[in-house]
Amino acid sequence: MPSATLLGQSILSGVFIGALYGLLGLGLSLSWGMLRQVNLAHFALAFLGGYLTFQLSGRLDPFATLAITVPLFFLAGMALHWFLSRYAADMLNTLLVTFGLTTIIEAGIQRVWTADFTRMETHYADIRWKIGAFYIPFTELATLVLAMLLCTAMWALIRFTDFGRAARAMTEDAAMAAAFGVNEKRLGYVISGLAAAFAAVAGLCLALTHTLAPVQIYAWMGVVFAGVMIGGLGSAMGPLLAGFLIGVSEALTMAITAPTWAPLVSFSLLIAIILFRPARF
Amino acid sequence: MRISRRRALAAGGALLSSAVLPSFAQGKPVRIGSSLPLTGPLASLGIIHKVTAEIYVENLNQRGGLLGRPVEWLLRDDQSKPELTRTIYEQLITADKVDLLQSPYATANILAGMGVAQRYGKLLLHTSFGIPRLAKYDMQFPVSGSAFDPENVWPNLILDAAAKLPKPPKTVAIVTSKFPSVHHISAGAREVLKKRGLQTVLDIEYEFGNRDFGPIASRVKDANADLLWGGTNGIDPVLMLEAMKRIDYRPPAQVHLFPAPGPMLKMPEAQGALALTTFESHPPFTDDPAIAQFVKTYGGRAKEAGIPYTAVDLQSAIMYAAWQVMEAAVTATNSLDDKTLAQWLKKNQVKCLFGTLSWNGPQNYVEGRDLYKVKQLQQGQWKVVHPQEWAAPGAKFI
Repeated sequence: MPSATLLGQSILSGVFIGALYGLLGLGLSLSWGMLRQVNLAHFALAFLGGYLTFQLSGRLDPFATLAITVPLFFLAGMALHWFLSRYAADMLNTLLVTFGLTTIIEAGIQRVWTADFTRMETHYADIRWKIGAFYIPFTELATLVLAMLLCTAMWALIRFTDFGRAARAMTEDAAMAAAFGVNEKRLGYVISGLAAAFAAVAGLCLALTHTLAPVQIYAWMGVVFAGVMIGGLGSAMGPLLAGFLIGVSEALTMAITAPTWAPLVSFSLLIAIILFRPARF
Repeated sequence: MRISRRRALAAGGALLSSAVLPSFAQGKPVRIGSSLPLTGPLASLGIIHKVTAEIYVENLNQRGGLLGRPVEWLLRDDQSKPELTRTIYEQLITADKVDLLQSPYATANILAGMGVAQRYGKLLLHTSFGIPRLAKYDMQFPVSGSAFDPENVWPNLILDAAAKLPKPPKTVAIVTSKFPSVHHISAGAREVLKKRGLQTVLDIEYEFGNRDFGPIASRVKDANADLLWGGTNGIDPVLMLEAMKRIDYRPPAQVHLFPAPGPMLKMPEAQGALALTTFESHPPFTDDPAIAQFVKTYGGRAKEAGIPYTAVDLQSAIMYAAWQVMEAAVTATNSLDDKTLAQWLKKNQVKCLFGTLSWNGPQNYVEGRDLYKVKQLQQGQWKVVHPQEWAAPGAKFI
């Protein structure tokens, strides 16, 4: 029987990795749910954000790099939206086009930073607290706080502001929303920019907590996709809550049974939800 | 006939240069074809093989090439994909009409290339085939220095080394990736551990590409074994050690089969880690001036190519050995005929940069022994510590 410490530490570990799933899923969920764009390049952007953080961290504090990467990525997100709108790409085509873009970004990363593993050296990695029998690493806690802040802020933005009401109306019925004066084009640019900006923040968290390699872009796709689908397309809090669910389930699977079963967790959860709550999809 | 002073000087110069300068190869090139993973998941290793082979071929051509002819190496990017490797080797033989084949990288890609080589009756040297029992083709020859039964030889080699640690282990925690070759070795290790009377207190497997090592680190900490047996490769050991650091745990002793050498260097938690190797850039390996020169040249070229870890180790050594074996066989037989070369290899030995290779055992391997060594990370440097005859000068187990 696993000890209480093992279970507790594993749950904490699941919460932390779940926060990263949620943060990665936030931008994907917005572009998929509100703009009908299945943006696979979101993962490549997040890794590009991680590499830029690594590059800039030689001169700046890793958190200060957000002042550069977030506006830069916001513009990149707007440019991507312009490109996809210009050619009126439907949902399937956005998937194909952004997959192509992913491979281009991956090749670019490989060209600049090589295919080898890259690790950002930071003093933050040495900070951790012990509370009772449990350890709380700073980098993971920062990821959790950033994920909760951004998801809550985005949820509030969608729920309580005119921007959010317009975005929800556009998602519901774009033509009718336009008739009521919603500027669909401008809204699309802002949402796409925000989604990419969230990728920049996820990139910082990836660089803080993980070793980077271009090929790892693909390792996150399956689980984050499952999280976004479980959490609900277009939802801001959904991917985070689904991320926690998946992260903790995976961690407990690894702590109690064979770790080799862990990758099955996210898709098993997804299938179970499709079976028992098909109305969500 | 009157010879002008200029002509006389030119002729004298030519004679002198042929005597003291390297002899450059002439005539129709010997075409040698291969693929490497220059993109995709194995690209970080493919580039090491590429740089190594380029240095070797340059040097070979300066020494007169093969059979007095220059060597032309045709390299294709297989994108780390076995299906593409198969197509490339088919093209190299049928369209490019290469004289000889050189090794692709990694078990699956070598297996793909081996099938094509077998269909066309071509010799295939290979550098990195993890499951020897699957190599059934009569004209395939391993140059990695691995035994036919690495699942038996390597665990014994590592445990022999671990027994020399300041605190020899009695209990072991096995954490192994399901990546085929390291998984195969860890399966063998379970039996070897039993036979040697060591107690396995934890035995878990995880999928290759695992993102979160937190719960695994907690289980290792909970098990509190004397030795962590990491059936790991690539970046996994680093991720695992980082996860352990977050919960303030460091295994008393640790083995990682094939870690990416660079990222571990700076990690205080990785100091003392044991791993397998065939070659490290220190004496006695570098006692041979030609090898010392290669190590020096590789360092510069690797830096130019953006390879973070610029010392020659297992990866570059096996590629270098592949070319040494090819040169030795062609030179000895004075032939480029695949069957002639294969017959010669079966009956002879080749001294390479990490020992003497031979192929007189089952499926062109040797059984029960090999040329692998155990290295240990000491003060940011990988040093061979076992067996003693290959140990770095003054190196002691820590």
